[in-house]
Amino acid sequence: MAVFMPAPRSYTCEDVVEIHCHGGQQVVKSIIDLYLSVGLRLALPGEFTYRAYTNGRLDLSQAEAVARLIHARSEKSQSLALAQVDGLLSRSIFQYKEMLRESLVLVEAWIDFPEEDIPPETSTGVLSQVSGIIDKIGGLLDTYHTGRALVSGVSLLLLGRPNVGKSSLLNALLGEDRAIVNSTPGTTRDTLEESLTMGGFPVRLIDSAGLRDTGDQLELEGIRRAQGKVSVSDLVFVVVDASEGLTDEDKDVLEVCDNSKVFLVVNKIDKNCDQDLSCFLSAGLPVFAISAKTGQGVDRLREGVASFFDDGVSSPESSVVVTEERHRDSLSLCRDSLLRLRSAVEAGDSLEFWAIELRAALDALGKISGETTPDDVLEGIFSRFCIGK
Amino acid sequence: MFSYGKEYQVIVVGAGHAGCEAALAAARMGCQTLLLTMGLDTVAQMSCNPAIGGLAKGHLVCEVDALGGEMGLNIDETGIQFRRLNTRKGPAVRAGRAQADRMAYSARMKGVLEAQDGLDLKQGVVESLTVDALGVCGVETRDGLSFAARSVVVTAGTFMRGLIHVGLKSYAGGRAGEPASEGLSDCLRGLGFRVGRLKTGTPARLSARSIDFSMLQRQDGDRLARPFSFMTSGPVGVDPVSCYIANTNEKTHEIIRQNLDRSPLYSGVIEGVGPRYCPSIEDKVVRFPERASHQTFLEPEGRESAEIYPSGMSTSLPPDVQLAFYRSMVGLEHVEIMRPGYAIEYDFVEPTQLRATLETKKVAGLYHAGQVNGTSGYEEAAAQGLLAGINAARRSKDQEQITIGRDEGYLGVMVDDLVTQSTREPYRMFTSRAEHRLLLREDNADQRLTPLGRKVGLVSDQRWEAFQKKMEGIGVGLKVLRDHRVRPSDSSVMAGLGLEKLRNGVTLEELLRRPEIAITDMVPLTESLAVLSDDVLEQLEIATKYEGYIERQLEQVARQREYEKIRIPDGFEFSTIESLSNEVREKLLEIRPQTLGQAGRIQGVTPAAIAVLNVYLRKHKHG
Repeated sequence: MAVFMPAPRSYTCEDVVEIHCHGGQQVVKSIIDLYLSVGLRLALPGEFTYRAYTNGRLDLSQAEAVARLIHARSEKSQSLALAQVDGLLSRSIFQYKEMLRESLVLVEAWIDFPEEDIPPETSTGVLSQVSGIIDKIGGLLDTYHTGRALVSGVSLLLLGRPNVGKSSLLNALLGEDRAIVNSTPGTTRDTLEESLTMGGFPVRLIDSAGLRDTGDQLELEGIRRAQGKVSVSDLVFVVVDASEGLTDEDKDVLEVCDNSKVFLVVNKIDKNCDQDLSCFLSAGLPVFAISAKTGQGVDRLREGVASFFDDGVSSPESSVVVTEERHRDSLSLCRDSLLRLRSAVEAGDSLEFWAIELRAALDALGKISGETTPDDVLEGIFSRFCIGK
Repeated sequence: MFSYGKEYQVIVVGAGHAGCEAALAAARMGCQTLLLTMGLDTVAQMSCNPAIGGLAKGHLVCEVDALGGEMGLNIDETGIQFRRLNTRKGPAVRAGRAQADRMAYSARMKGVLEAQDGLDLKQGVVESLTVDALGVCGVETRDGLSFAARSVVVTAGTFMRGLIHVGLKSYAGGRAGEPASEGLSDCLRGLGFRVGRLKTGTPARLSARSIDFSMLQRQDGDRLARPFSFMTSGPVGVDPVSCYIANTNEKTHEIIRQNLDRSPLYSGVIEGVGPRYCPSIEDKVVRFPERASHQTFLEPEGRESAEIYPSGMSTSLPPDVQLAFYRSMVGLEHVEIMRPGYAIEYDFVEPTQLRATLETKKVAGLYHAGQVNGTSGYEEAAAQGLLAGINAARRSKDQEQITIGRDEGYLGVMVDDLVTQSTREPYRMFTSRAEHRLLLREDNADQRLTPLGRKVGLVSDQRWEAFQKKMEGIGVGLKVLRDHRVRPSDSSVMAGLGLEKLRNGVTLEELLRRPEIAITDMVPLTESLAVLSDDVLEQLEIATKYEGYIERQLEQVARQREYEKIRIPDGFEFSTIESLSNEVREKLLEIRPQTLGQAGRIQGVTPAAIAVLNVYLRKHKHG
């Protein structure tokens, strides 16, 4: 649900749109990602209150209360961040920062001390170090898909025309997780959500209303809602009936999906064991033949889900995984700077331009684990080189 | 105490590099100014190496010049060797460096002071400041004279409680052969200032006649070098003297190591902190044991002087050890020491007690500049002296104080660092301290600061006209570059530029962005460029070639300025903001930042704290 509050009758006295959505983190993240992708930015800490204050909405005592809240929250998030910083990611970041600082120390020494007795200027060391970090950060960024899935969970949408057995599949998947199920009752035409885990990933399983082209007002509403869900889901099971082959209606259902995240789940194979399933392969999607009724093939489907979200980060305990959106953003800013740095070095640009990119890269990493000050760099120069005329 | 009677508007204490600029600025701005020095024979003395400029320091000299200061002109006239550093790097990190004739430098500056209308130069030792409820009122000298003024600039250098160490012997002194100032720092302490102690040192001066230069590598200056001052016409360095490079060896290091117990640094006698960037030779030997040799430049102190300054060889070892280790070096086997090297400890006043105008927060009208603020270097001192002098004069005339932003000059970076960061060692300027380095070039110091110099009354009509002519030239030139198109049909032009394959016409600006094309390649193409001067063409080239980077830096500047604009009033009650953590509150109370930008640069002040402060300050502003 979206609510538009025109200025000045809003919290900040500016035009405000509020998006209300289901409480799941995944849904929120997907919506935020969507907005970020079209060029919006996240609010700075306390920005809404700040704007509310500057526009005269809040008086000082109110602003103070909110400021205290911001402070408390940032303190808490700082300690949370510290806990994270204690982990493997921070060790990697620290390592990159040290390496980049080393490069910056060299570059700054070459710039500021041209007459001192220091090693001659060369691009090879800096270039190889930077290339190494670019690759490593690339590797880290690749873990974000899995990392986010592990920490925030993923959403899995069950889709299909009516009576293909979506509800029974839901029950079959829930079978072993019955203990942690928190079922939300609803009408058959509404969507149901269940929580469970698959291969270590927290999964929110959403059972949609049957999708069918129909004039029925309520049915249309269900379809509209389901289509909306497709775009914010991480994975979609399009359920079809083994005994009926891939019908036109099934194809319509596939139409509304993004093929990159669809499993074609062929249900009711118990009913029709002899049926040639090859017709289902034509869609070019991963196909899982199951029987929700007997449980046949359900484990394999579960494994399929786990491996879909696990990008080879099989044991997250031993390798570094990026789980936070802000970390991903910082890392990718860092990588952008380093890529520009590499081009600058290769183009033969002068050292001060390398320094600009190195500083930008360090600043980006600094957002995750503390900044590198100019004095840190000078300290590096004086401890490493014998400077002083 | 006898009141001198004459009405001064500005009194400057100390006639070193800071004091000279401060006094000249105040007098040139029309203030009755008194410059008091302990020794009239050591005005603008180069206590350490006889050189001006270098990376970031050369930038400061150009800024002093752009504002209407004297240092650039003084070194242009008395330099005996000029070099341009980093000529193969980009324009922002090129800098001039000059060897000075030490005596000539001092003599010329003294002459300028003596000739300046409205300026009295007097010898006298200031023992105390007179202060009333409204701020400073004047100074009192050891000889029992009191002078009154509304503004006082203290540029005490290393003289306050100066203690010279040569080996394990130490004696009071402000510089070799000159007495220390004993009263002034007690007076400042009494006024409630936090006073700290720093250490620095200088090498021995060697006799040129005793050095075998034939054994050493020679280093020549640039002929016809670029001057520091905008107003110096024509190149400088017409007849450069040479420097020589000598090296220490294992034997030198052995002598030093064996005598460390006689070094005040290593025997624990010295308590002050020395600069990391200027270690003594004994420090170098101890800290870098793997180095078999350290380089030293032997720099002549003047055309007529026999004294040679061995750079990088400062020492506080006893004279016999100094002689032994200098003599262990090739070419110096028979060297005679004319003055021994020494270390000096001195009092400085913690500069976080200053406003960005260099006025102290505690005592209105009292300004500090130079080494008394914990800095090092003639250029750093001169730049601060100029700013302090300008503001002291403006205060006397009831004019608004000026500050210089981090994006406007190294002077701004330095002052901001001084007032927001605690000083642990003598502060020296490096280009790496400037986050907007590409914008702060020697070549555009005039564009950055001459309008301000004009506003305060330090830029003469002659300089202002020349500056405006240059700016007009740049405006015209940029338009020519954008508008003038080269067509493929201009085949001879294209061939000349190596662009035969170009199909469509391009503007000169587009052509100039290509790395292989220089502005000088385009001058023959159009008369409208050919009429422009070389320094205008240089600006056109830099503006075009580095446009992308420069724009990025300008964006950064715009972001930073938002917080610089938000002022924190004097006496702001940080302690009443409960939502600040104790640590942050203590930091803010200690340093008392004057803008939100300054607050954000204090170590330990978090972004969350800045957000909270921001809300409070808005409230304060609206009452």
